[in-house]
Amino acid sequence: MIKKKIYTRKLDFDENISGRWHNSDVLLLGGSAGSFNLIFQVVKNLPPDLNKTVIIVIHRKKNFQSDIERMFSENSRMPLKEISDKDKINKNTIYVAPANYHTLIEKGGYFGLDVSDAVWFSKPSIDITFESAAEAFGERCTAILFSGANKDGAQGMLKLKNAGSLTIVQDPSEAEMPEMPDAAININAVDYVLGTNEIFELLKTSLL
Amino acid sequence: MNALPESLTTEQIAELIDLVKRVHGFDFSDYTKASLKRRITRIMMIKKIGFYDLKHLLVNNPSFFQEFLEEITVNVTEMFRDPGFYKALSRLVLPYLSTYQQIKIWSAGCSSGEEPYSLAILLNEARLKERAFIYGTDINTVVLKEARKGIYSFRNIKNYAENYTLSGLRGSLTDHFTTMYDAAAIHNELKTNTLFTVHNLISDTAFNEFQLICCRNVFIYFETPLQEKILNLFYNSLCPHGFLCLGSKETIRSDLFKMKFKVIDQKENIYQKIGF
Repeated sequence: MIKKKIYTRKLDFDENISGRWHNSDVLLLGGSAGSFNLIFQVVKNLPPDLNKTVIIVIHRKKNFQSDIERMFSENSRMPLKEISDKDKINKNTIYVAPANYHTLIEKGGYFGLDVSDAVWFSKPSIDITFESAAEAFGERCTAILFSGANKDGAQGMLKLKNAGSLTIVQDPSEAEMPEMPDAAININAVDYVLGTNEIFELLKTSLL
Repeated sequence: MNALPESLTTEQIAELIDLVKRVHGFDFSDYTKASLKRRITRIMMIKKIGFYDLKHLLVNNPSFFQEFLEEITVNVTEMFRDPGFYKALSRLVLPYLSTYQQIKIWSAGCSSGEEPYSLAILLNEARLKERAFIYGTDINTVVLKEARKGIYSFRNIKNYAENYTLSGLRGSLTDHFTTMYDAAAIHNELKTNTLFTVHNLISDTAFNEFQLICCRNVFIYFETPLQEKILNLFYNSLCPHGFLCLGSKETIRSDLFKMKFKVIDQKENIYQKIGF
């Protein structure tokens, strides 16, 4: 069952969610329209010794060299890299999925890229990365899906949840575009629905 | 849309790879697994078949294998994909190529011809087309037929128009096509001196000597040892100081071949062969 907004006081996380976040090796962040600033804030606040791999998939338009990598890396305390084919997956590194490719995770611990058709009109597709993360990492992920105007990410979240990973969506009532978190909630792919501040609070608990 | 009916195990994928190799002589064992698995799962989903049906069809139905091959090999491509690449090619490589009497170009993994025709347009605009010969190769005979025709849907051509403009070329992409209803046929003069033929990068050898080889977004489907094997094929197929262009996110990782190629453009992954 979905526990919607169960946390009323800021640091009142139960053992379960903070323990699962603490134990995960990979943080997956997915978002589309309305998610950029939030993911930016998350990246900005992550400590350099997080001891996890961070993988970001944001829908972006091809051909327009967006400043995502530059803005993120200037403001993050961890090294940040736009993914190239066969890049090894390291801890304490933030990886960003490139535009006009799908990013897959290979079981050997490296990234693979793919130029096949867009999924939900999106390339990169959040579903494709999250599904392959479920295959490669099993229960070792924490995935957070933010605002977006289509249904990408929901199936990937479902596979992650079924594999035992922790799945969280931004509370749709707080999301600029609620369709994406809603889609994940509707197919029961979500462990926790959290407000934006609660997401930040949870991620901070890694410092404890 | 993306729901997977039956998840294939690693062992099942290995079994299918082995079967295809024995029955059809195509070796997918060094393809990247996550992508390959996704492609195979997609076929099973489209055909609404399970693992055993798939095996049966692969052994007993030759026309199914052709379909399988088409689905497994990703044929998605664009004209002037990555405009920054075509700009770099114009700026850094074409001046060098213009010193040759004859410019031989190989577009490896050319799919339905979008890349070789983009190169043809680029060379034509640089007034080098008459001296150039472009070979387009692929393992998939169906896409090669499309490439030979050079006819695309008008809607697609319009989608590539932005790429063209960003590549810094004059006019618009549609200037190079004759359109009729919803089809756009590339001008005949751009089709002259092109040849589309089957070539399997994994099993076939060098067939000519080239000044320029473009193999973009093909290596992403191959494991690193196979990439190295094909780099060797390209090295042997290039003239001294010939150019090799990989996809924007594909780099030469092998130490051996880092020594054999000089980086011309780091961002666009354009390399030049060193030595003979």
